[in-house]
Amino acid sequence: MASIFRTIADLWSLVVGLGITGKEFCKPGVTVHYPRAEVTPEAAASFRGPIELIGLDKDPAKPKCIACMLCVSACPSNCITVTRAPTPKPTPEELKAMAEAEARGEKPKKPAPPKAPGTWAYDFSLCSLCGSCVEACPVDSIGFSHDIYMVGTKREDFVFDQLARLARKAAARKPEPKPAAKAAPEAATAPAAPVAAPSEPGTATPASEA
Amino acid sequence: MNATISFDSVLHVVLALVGVAVFVGLNGLLLVYAERKVAGFIQRRPGPYEVGPQGILQAVADALKLIGKQLVRPDRADPLLFWMAPVLAFFPVLLLFLPIPFSPLLTGWDVNLGLLLILAFAGFNVLALLLAGWGSNNKYGLLGAARAVAQSVAYEIPLLLAVLAIAFQEGTLSLSAIVGGQGGMPWQWNIAVQPLAFLIFFVSALGETNRAPFDLPEAESELTAGFHTEYSGMGFGMFFLAEYANMIVACSVCTVLFLGGWKGPFLDGAWWFLAKVYGLLLSMMWFRWTYPRVRFDQLLNLNWRWLLPLGVLNLLATAFVMKL
Repeated sequence: MASIFRTIADLWSLVVGLGITGKEFCKPGVTVHYPRAEVTPEAAASFRGPIELIGLDKDPAKPKCIACMLCVSACPSNCITVTRAPTPKPTPEELKAMAEAEARGEKPKKPAPPKAPGTWAYDFSLCSLCGSCVEACPVDSIGFSHDIYMVGTKREDFVFDQLARLARKAAARKPEPKPAAKAAPEAATAPAAPVAAPSEPGTATPASEA
Repeated sequence: MNATISFDSVLHVVLALVGVAVFVGLNGLLLVYAERKVAGFIQRRPGPYEVGPQGILQAVADALKLIGKQLVRPDRADPLLFWMAPVLAFFPVLLLFLPIPFSPLLTGWDVNLGLLLILAFAGFNVLALLLAGWGSNNKYGLLGAARAVAQSVAYEIPLLLAVLAIAFQEGTLSLSAIVGGQGGMPWQWNIAVQPLAFLIFFVSALGETNRAPFDLPEAESELTAGFHTEYSGMGFGMFFLAEYANMIVACSVCTVLFLGGWKGPFLDGAWWFLAKVYGLLLSMMWFRWTYPRVRFDQLLNLNWRWLLPLGVLNLLATAFVMKL
């Protein structure tokens, strides 16, 4: 008996559902009639384009990446290739300090490799945009780009050097040094006009290098 | 009914059938467009937009495409049953419009057993779906047909019980007389007296017309397209038209039985009838884009455990009150 009353009470949820769709029906549409209307950045924000590196808050040209390689192992399609930045050669002072430490019988303090990527290659032609790397990144250095206009005519056009892309993006955002760079289109296949925006496909690191 | 059939009455019926065919054809186009627009707006898309202003010619383009396509029959399908099914689905529906009183003057054939005629010929739809599913020699088709039969047979019973309650109350099976028994104001309509019967009728009508959330015979995600999997071109077009025509019939009968037919608060006429019918059709579309498809056991549970007992109770209560 109680279940009967509960079922009847649950019928209210049908009305709630109709209310929701009815309200949505009355709201204006969100579709952008693309060739006739421009896609606003707000509309493009929900677009999951090829992944890109996210820069530091202080220095947008440098990625937050710590070269931990979690994204590389998280990627199911092996489209990310990251190499660590080379360990800097010890300066003469450091060499001297090391030699002195060794003479004292202590363990010499060698310079550690920097926690930053040396190369960061991304092959979009293999990527399925699953977002596993975005989730795996411990420092939130990977995000989806919102470039809805990306096109290419060759396979190589889709192999991105993300470090160069980030540097170019940061330069384009900064108005001071190169006003011309500001107008540089973000698309990876854009012709390499300004100095601040070197053509990316050419500088991309082939995946085989690692 | 008059036993002698004069030439005039036959001519009248034939003309009415032609009129109905035009009405159904135009409404098919209109409703396809409306359905897609409603779906679009609910999902905040524009819906059809490119063909003609606001896409109003989209349905025409689709119809032309369907008409222009080659008729293809699967190799091992039964040719007779396969081609009979769409014809059988569509043409009996035209007959269902005959006794419906659009207005006092605009009634195809004012027969005093109109309700019975509609209920009897509506049964053809099930047969058509069964033939289509069986004749296609396709497993999805057969499963869809089996579902269609189980569903339609089940939902016909509460539908009849709801209709019977009104027939008891009005003491007639003539649709014109049922409209005549109701007043113009909303509280004089039968829905005010029989809200439960209205609810049962409308839910059963959704089940009978295979509309979402009861569109199991053609559940895309499970059965590709169900009974019409193998149909293309006008074979599919006929089923499609029949579905929309059945919807119009169901909403028209609902309007006549519960919503006062062509009567309104002022200026009685066909416009009231059409406004109510389109209102009901719109709510059917609204339901379709709101509710997910039910499972088959849920569908039959709803029917046998809720609608049927409620229908019987409602009928008994009506009979009791009428007797008093």
